[in-house]
Amino acid sequence: MEFALSEEQRMLQDSVRRFLEQNSPLDKVRLAAGNTHTVQRSLWAGASELGIPGMLIPEDFGGMGLGFLDAAIVYEMFGRYVAPLPFLGTAVMAPLALMLAGSEAQQEKWLPKIAAGEIIAGVAVTESIGVREGAGVKAGKGTLTGKALFVVDWAEADLYIVADSDHGFHLVLPDAKGLSRRALNTIDKTRSVGELVFDQVAAEPLPRSSADAVARVIDAGRVMLAADTLGAGQMMIEKAVAYAGERKQFGRVIGSFQAVKHLCAEMAAALEPSRSLVWYAAHALDEVPDDARLMACHAKSHLSEVGRFVARTATEVHGGMGFTDLLGLHYWFKRIGFDRQLLGGPELVRLEAARLQGWAA
Amino acid sequence: MNIDFTPEDEAFRDEVRGFIAANLPRECADSPALGVMTDKSVVKRWHKTLYEKGWAAPAWPEEYGGTGWNATQRFIFNEEIARANAPRLMPFGLTMVGPVIYTFGNAEQKSRHLQGILSGDVWWCQGYSEPGAGSDLASLKTTAARDGDHYVVNGQKIWTSYAHEADWIFCLVRTEQSARRQEGISFLLIDMRTPGVEVRPIISIAGLHHLNEVFFTDVKVPVQNLIGEENKGWTYAKYLLVHERTSIGGVPESKKKAAHIRAIARAERNADGGALMDDPAFQRKLAEIEVRLTSLEYMNLRILADAAAGKAVGPQSSLLKIVGSEVQQALGELAVEAVGYYIEPVGQGALPGGANARGIGPAHAWNVWADYGYGRAASIYGGSNEIQHDVIAKAILNL
Ligand SMILES: Cc1cc2nc3c(=O)[nH]c(=O)nc-3n(C[C@H](O)[C@H](O)[C@H](O)COP(=O)(O)OP(=O)(O)OC[C@H]3O[C@@H](n4cnc5c(N)ncnc54)[C@H](O)[C@@H]3O)c2cc1C
Ligand SMILES: Cc1cc2nc3c(=O)[nH]c(=O)nc-3n(C[C@H](O)[C@H](O)[C@H](O)COP(=O)(O)OP(=O)(O)OC[C@H]3O[C@@H](n4cnc5c(N)ncnc54)[C@H](O)[C@@H]3O)c2cc1C
Repeated sequence: MEFALSEEQRMLQDSVRRFLEQNSPLDKVRLAAGNTHTVQRSLWAGASELGIPGMLIPEDFGGMGLGFLDAAIVYEMFGRYVAPLPFLGTAVMAPLALMLAGSEAQQEKWLPKIAAGEIIAGVAVTESIGVREGAGVKAGKGTLTGKALFVVDWAEADLYIVADSDHGFHLVLPDAKGLSRRALNTIDKTRSVGELVFDQVAAEPLPRSSADAVARVIDAGRVMLAADTLGAGQMMIEKAVAYAGERKQFGRVIGSFQAVKHLCAEMAAALEPSRSLVWYAAHALDEVPDDARLMACHAKSHLSEVGRFVARTATEVHGGMGFTDLLGLHYWFKRIGFDRQLLGGPELVRLEAARLQGWAA
Repeated sequence: MNIDFTPEDEAFRDEVRGFIAANLPRECADSPALGVMTDKSVVKRWHKTLYEKGWAAPAWPEEYGGTGWNATQRFIFNEEIARANAPRLMPFGLTMVGPVIYTFGNAEQKSRHLQGILSGDVWWCQGYSEPGAGSDLASLKTTAARDGDHYVVNGQKIWTSYAHEADWIFCLVRTEQSARRQEGISFLLIDMRTPGVEVRPIISIAGLHHLNEVFFTDVKVPVQNLIGEENKGWTYAKYLLVHERTSIGGVPESKKKAAHIRAIARAERNADGGALMDDPAFQRKLAEIEVRLTSLEYMNLRILADAAAGKAVGPQSSLLKIVGSEVQQALGELAVEAVGYYIEPVGQGALPGGANARGIGPAHAWNVWADYGYGRAASIYGGSNEIQHDVIAKAILNL
C-alpha cells in the first residue's frame, strides 16, 4: 500500500499550479468575474495544451486516459487559484457520461472535440439529486420537455448532457428549437450555471444510460467539488497566515498573538486530514467501486463543513479587510460556498450516506 | 426577581402593537417572512413615524426626548418591534453619538444636535477606525491641530459605514502626542460638507457599497465641535463602545432572523419532500440556536436592568458581543442550509439602508447569502471577538 501521490501526479499538479499561477492571477479572475457568462477561451486553450480537458478521456479518443485522482489534484489547483474555467462539466462529468452511457458513434463524435478543448459541454443533473420548484425533465420520443436548474458549465456550451427523470442521459444542442436558456447569476462569479427550459426539444438519448451511470456522474462531480474546496481552503489558510505575518497592531504582527495563531492552527488541523479523504474518494471512483459512492458522499459533505470553517476563520483573521474586494479574499469564500451547495448540500448528502449504509429508511 | 407582566404591561403591549400595526410602512409589514431589509427612504419614514409618536429613542432620558419607560416597557417595545419585522433605525445617531452628546456635550451642542438625531433628519457615521488603527484603536493618527477658533484636521478613517449617506461624522482625533497613547485623543464632530472631507467607497464581500474611506485634508472644524475636554476623548469613546456593545448583542435582529428561518423551513422541503421544519436534524439545530438566543436575551435584560439601576455596564458587554455575534452567525449559516441551492443566485440588499432587488428562486431566499456574508462582520466590528475574549480574560477573570 502506498498512500501518496506518484511522481507523475506530483509533476502534473505542479505544472497545473505553474500554469494557473502565471495565467490566472487575481486580476484576471476579477476581469472574468465581471463577465461571468463568457468562457475564458484563451485560458481554456492554454489548459488544453496541458491536456486538461481530455485528461479522463481514453487515448483512443485523443485524451490522456488518466484517472479520477489525477483529475482531483488538478481541480484542487483550480480551486486554489479560483480558476474561471469549465472543468467540472466539460472535463469530468460530460466525458464520464459519454463514456458510461454513450454509443460508440456518440463517443467518436464528441470525445475528441472535448479532449481538444474545442467545445464546452454543460451538464444538467440537479433534478436527479432533488427536485425543486417543479423542475425536472421528461423524455418523449426523441424530445425533452421540462426544466433543468443549476446546469453546470452552462455558459457558451456547445453541447448539453441532460439527465431526465427516468435516469436517461440525452445530448441537446444549444440552438435546438424550443430550448430556452437563462443565466443564473450566482455568488461564485468564477463558474457559470444556468437554467434550461425544454419545450419539445429534439434530443439524442445516450443508449446505455442507467440509474447507475447517472449516479456515477454525480459521484465524480461531488469528489471534484470536494477537491476544489480543498484547494480553495488551502489557499485561504496561506493567505491568512501571510496576512497575520504582515499586519501589525499593538506594535507587533497579529500572528504573534496566540489567539490569531490558534485560529490559523485550527484551520490547518481541520483541512489537512481531509486531504487524505479526498484522495481516497477519488481513488475509489476508479479502483474501489464498492466504496466509491459512500466516499463521494463523505468527501463532499465533510469538505463542505471544513471549507466553511476555513472560509470564515480566514476571513476573521483578515479583520475588516476580509469584507472587501481589496484583497479579493471573497472569491475563495464564495467559491467554497458554491461548492457546498452544488450537487447536494452536506445535509442531503449525509442522509444519502446514511441510506447507503442502511442506517436510514 | 419578578418576571411576570402586570396588567399594565399587557395594556402597554397592546398599545404598542396597535400603533405598529397601524403605522408600519406596508413594504415592511408585507414581507415578514422575507427578512428583506429596507432602503433608506423606508427607514427614514419609519423613523419619522416613531419620532412623531415620541418613541424614536426609548432609552434616552426623558429630558432629551426619551419615553420615560421602565426596563420592562422597553423590553416589550423591542419585542413588538421585532415581531412586526419593523426596520432597525440607524444606530450611529440614536445609540452612539446621541448618548455621548447628552452625557458629555455642552448645552449648545445638545440643542444643536439632539433634535436632528431624534427626528432622523440628520444622519451620522462613526469615524474611529483607521488603516493602522483597528483593534489597536488608540494608535490612531488622524490629527486635529488647534488654530485659533478652529481645529485643522488631517488624516484618514476607514470602514466608515454609511459615510456616503451621512450628514455628520463623529471622529476620534489626536490632539496631542503624549506618552500614553490614550491620553492625547479628542472627540470631534465634523460636518461632512466641510471642504477637505472626501469619501471613497469600499465594496464589500456582498458586492454592496456601505463601507467607505474618509479622507481629511486641512479640514477646518470649529472648536465648538469638540465634545467635553480636549485629550479626554478616549473616555467618551469607551463609554460609547460599551453602549454600542449592549445593543451589539443584536437580540431583536436575531429574533427576527430566527422567525425568518422558521418561515423558510415551513416552505422548504427536505430531501424526502416533507417540510424542512419537520426534519428532526433541522429542528435540533434550530432549537440549539434558539436556546442560546434566549439565554442571550435574558443576559441582555439583566445587564440592561443593572444599567437602569445605575450600575456600570463594563466588561460584561464583551460577553454580549461574543454570544450575540455567534448566534447571529449561526442563524446565518442555518438559513443558508435551509434554502439549499437558492443561496447561489445573488440576492441584493440585505443590509440596513440597502436597496431591495428581486432575486431568483423563492423570495425568502433572496437575501440569505448577502446576510450570511455580511454576518461574518459581526465578529469584527465594534471590537473583534478575539479582542473581546482578551477583555473577558483580563477584566472579568483577572488573568
Ligand atoms: C491521563 C494522563 C496520562 C499521562 N501520562 C503521561 C505519561 O505517561 N508520561 C508523561 O511524561 N506525562 C504524562 N502525562 C502528563 C502530561 O504530558 C502533562 O499533563 C501535559 O504535558 C500537560 O502538562 P501539565 O499537566 O503540567 O499542564 P500545564 O502545562 O500546566 O498546562 C495547563 C493548561 O495550560 C495550557 N498551556 C500551557 N502552556 C501553554 C501555552 N504556551 N499556550 C497555551 N496554552 C498553554 C495547557 O494547554 C493546559 O490547558 C499524563 C497526563 C494525563 C492527564
Ligand atoms: C462591516 C464593518 C463595518 C464597520 N463599521 C465601522 C464604522 O462605522 N466606523 C468605524 O470606525 N469602524 C468600523 N468598522 C471597523 C472595525 O471596528 C474594525 O474592522 C475592527 O476594529 C478590527 O480592526 P481591523 O479591521 O483593523 O482588524 P485588525 O485589528 O487588523 O485585526 C485582524 C485580526 O487580528 C486579530 N487581533 C488583532 N489584535 C489582536 C490581539 N491583541 N489579540 C488577539 N487577536 C488580535 C483580530 O481579532 C482580527 O482577527 C467596521 C468594520 C466592518 C467589518
